[in-house]
Amino acid sequence: MVTVKYFANLRQLAGKEEDRFDLEGEVTLEALTHMIGKTLPQIGEMVRQKKIMISINYDVMPLDTVVRDGDEIALLPPFSGGM
Amino acid sequence: MSTATESKVRIQKEDFNVHDEIEVMKKPSRNIGGITTFLGTGRELNKGQNITELNFEHYPQMAEKKLADIRDKAIRDFGIIDMSIIHRIGYIDIGENIVLIIACGEHRQETFKACEWAIAELKRTTPIWKRETTSTGEVWVQATP
Repeated sequence: MVTVKYFANLRQLAGKEEDRFDLEGEVTLEALTHMIGKTLPQIGEMVRQKKIMISINYDVMPLDTVVRDGDEIALLPPFSGGM
Repeated sequence: MSTATESKVRIQKEDFNVHDEIEVMKKPSRNIGGITTFLGTGRELNKGQNITELNFEHYPQMAEKKLADIRDKAIRDFGIIDMSIIHRIGYIDIGENIVLIIACGEHRQETFKACEWAIAELKRTTPIWKRETTSTGEVWVQATP
């Protein structure tokens, strides 16, 4: 099982803070975002348009990265910290 | 009472005292000859809209990790003695403190460079998001220069 976290406007779009997915076989981040896009099409589209970065266990990773059981994945809209 | 602590990288709801934070940074070394600080504060106007309130949220653990990475790299690459980075989250009023970066070095040049690099890097790599409230509603700011 992996956890997917949503932040800022993505949390509002998703209507929840996180999801959990049971994965079978080798699943890439890209495949996982397709699964997310089935129930949250707006977020799926933002991933396709590269408007969202995705982290695995606190590091931003490319979409061809294979997800492992227990990973914490986060969908990260553009950052706006600082002043 | 001072809210400054020995921790060099912090994300917190509470305000900080700039003077106290500088004193904490000065204490451990007698070789500090220059200190550059960057203080970011809540401004009222953004893109012609009057902002009434700011709200920051972060991704716990990842945000702290990125700030620690920035501090480590600044010390290593710019040859400064030390750096602290503090960012507030939650609701922040106009004029209140948001972010403080303190770069300490033997000479001023490296502290100017390290401080400027660190705030740019924070905005680029650290998962912190700002929501602005204006008279027309609330909006998550996508990115700021």
